[in-house]
Amino acid sequence: MGGEVRQLLEQIHRFSRRCLFRVLSMGPLPTHLAFIMDGNRRYAKKRGLEDGSGHKAGFSTLMSMLQYCYELGIKYVTIYAFSIDNFRRKPEEVQSLMDLMLEKIKSLLDKESIVHEYGIRVYFIGNLGLLNDQVRAAAEEVMKATAKNSRVVLLVCVAYNSTDEIVQAVKRSCVDKADRDTERIQLVDIEENMQMSVAPEPDILIRSSGETRLSNFLLWQTGNSQLFSLDALWPEIGLRHLVWAILNFQRSHSYLEKRKKQL
Amino acid sequence: MISLRVPAPSSFNLQRFNSGALERRWKLGRDCFLSFTPNRIGLGVRSTKSEMAPFTAAEEETLPEGLQPELMPKHVAVIMDGNGRWAKNQGLQPWDGHRAGVEALREIVELCGKWGIQVLTVFAFSTDNWIRPKIEIDFLLSLFERTLKSELETLAKNNVRISIIGDSSKLPKSLLKVINEVEEVTKNNTRLQLIVAVGYSGKYDVLQACRGIAQRVKDGEIDVEEIDEILIEQELETNVTEFPYPDLLIRTSGELRVSNFLLWQLAYTELFFAQEMWPDFGRNGFVEALMSFQQRQRRFGGRKS
Repeated sequence: MGGEVRQLLEQIHRFSRRCLFRVLSMGPLPTHLAFIMDGNRRYAKKRGLEDGSGHKAGFSTLMSMLQYCYELGIKYVTIYAFSIDNFRRKPEEVQSLMDLMLEKIKSLLDKESIVHEYGIRVYFIGNLGLLNDQVRAAAEEVMKATAKNSRVVLLVCVAYNSTDEIVQAVKRSCVDKADRDTERIQLVDIEENMQMSVAPEPDILIRSSGETRLSNFLLWQTGNSQLFSLDALWPEIGLRHLVWAILNFQRSHSYLEKRKKQL
Repeated sequence: MISLRVPAPSSFNLQRFNSGALERRWKLGRDCFLSFTPNRIGLGVRSTKSEMAPFTAAEEETLPEGLQPELMPKHVAVIMDGNGRWAKNQGLQPWDGHRAGVEALREIVELCGKWGIQVLTVFAFSTDNWIRPKIEIDFLLSLFERTLKSELETLAKNNVRISIIGDSSKLPKSLLKVINEVEEVTKNNTRLQLIVAVGYSGKYDVLQACRGIAQRVKDGEIDVEEIDEILIEQELETNVTEFPYPDLLIRTSGELRVSNFLLWQLAYTELFFAQEMWPDFGRNGFVEALMSFQQRQRRFGGRKS
């Protein structure tokens, strides 16, 4: 009996969400959303749970967000999973994060996973050489397995720093233009060598847990993105936050489009 | 900080109007004697005498209540946005807004000098701003030139060093001459470094750093493998200062974006978005931004413990 009620409630939620999304779609929708998923550990502490469960709760929030983005028709989602700076944390925490990542990355290969259900293409962006062999191999396997998907693109930034991305792009630009006039190096030369060039620039960047800073994430790509700093911790982020962000985006959208046309 | 409540559309803030803005408008009327005539033939703006009082040692110590001296940021960056909208709200012309903006900037420079902030970077003119109407651009650049000339003496006396960063290739020759002169005269000053970004954008800065590095690689001075973050940092135009990374970035006028200002340097900068327009920002807004900054926990990717 309980199971049926739950199913019914789930269907009602899904239906009302579909209506809400249909209303939202009347206005312009962002093409690319980026998330800094901050606050997992604070969430675990707040709830009196053990350390690892904060990240697990964060992962399920991420899956919900992906589902909403898919239902809304938002094509690109980028997430900041692990920064190069995070390697400086205690080895036990880094190891447990790597283990969790390995587990979740492998789960993406399952036939029933959200990746296959929604046709998500997954990219792992970052200095993958810094990861241990198992995680790197799993990441490469997922990238290969989802290469044909095209409905949604999920970019997972792991072992990533924006400054590191720029350094790699500068290196490649120097090599490409080594035999030509260096004054001829243009912005596009650097941009096409950026790992994130597989996606357009994010329209919105959402950071949870109340911090208002970029923390070396997508510095190059977020020059014109709207930045939202939400007080809620990442596992507490829900549909209402997403809707609020999109409504704000729609409010300033016409002004931005005018500016873009002028440029 | 952005809360869940949808922010109100930015409109005229009565509180701010009464604190300083009225005085600014009066000064404006005095200085821009063509502001209120219907037929504008030209822009007759009298050059103003600087109203900045000389810094005194006593004033240096008094921080407003609530601010702690040991938590003051070393480098503050400001996007002075909203001059045009402020002018429109007041029923004035855009150039009146820019003039009011200069007054507001004077106030902030003075406060930075008094409160021990060592570097202040302001975003005066972006590479994107070249699309504005020519008359506005001409006014902005001539306002900038006039302000530099008239402020030089005061700044030199108050031990302020000025540096200009940005793509100078499109700037008029007379302005370039004044810039060189001002930079030369103030280059040994130590109390506050004021960096003015004119014709600047973050991507442009990284691009010119990349070109510089590519040239060095081509000349055989460095190897491609040696290119790292420190090398790029040294090539960026913000290498004019010892503290190229702002601790705090303030943007006025309620826009929630960075608009391509200081890209690389903002990696760990705390961002503060103020609702009021730049001419209304003033001391109160600045104190609010500093208080917000002092309450933040900066971890740089690590953990608090």
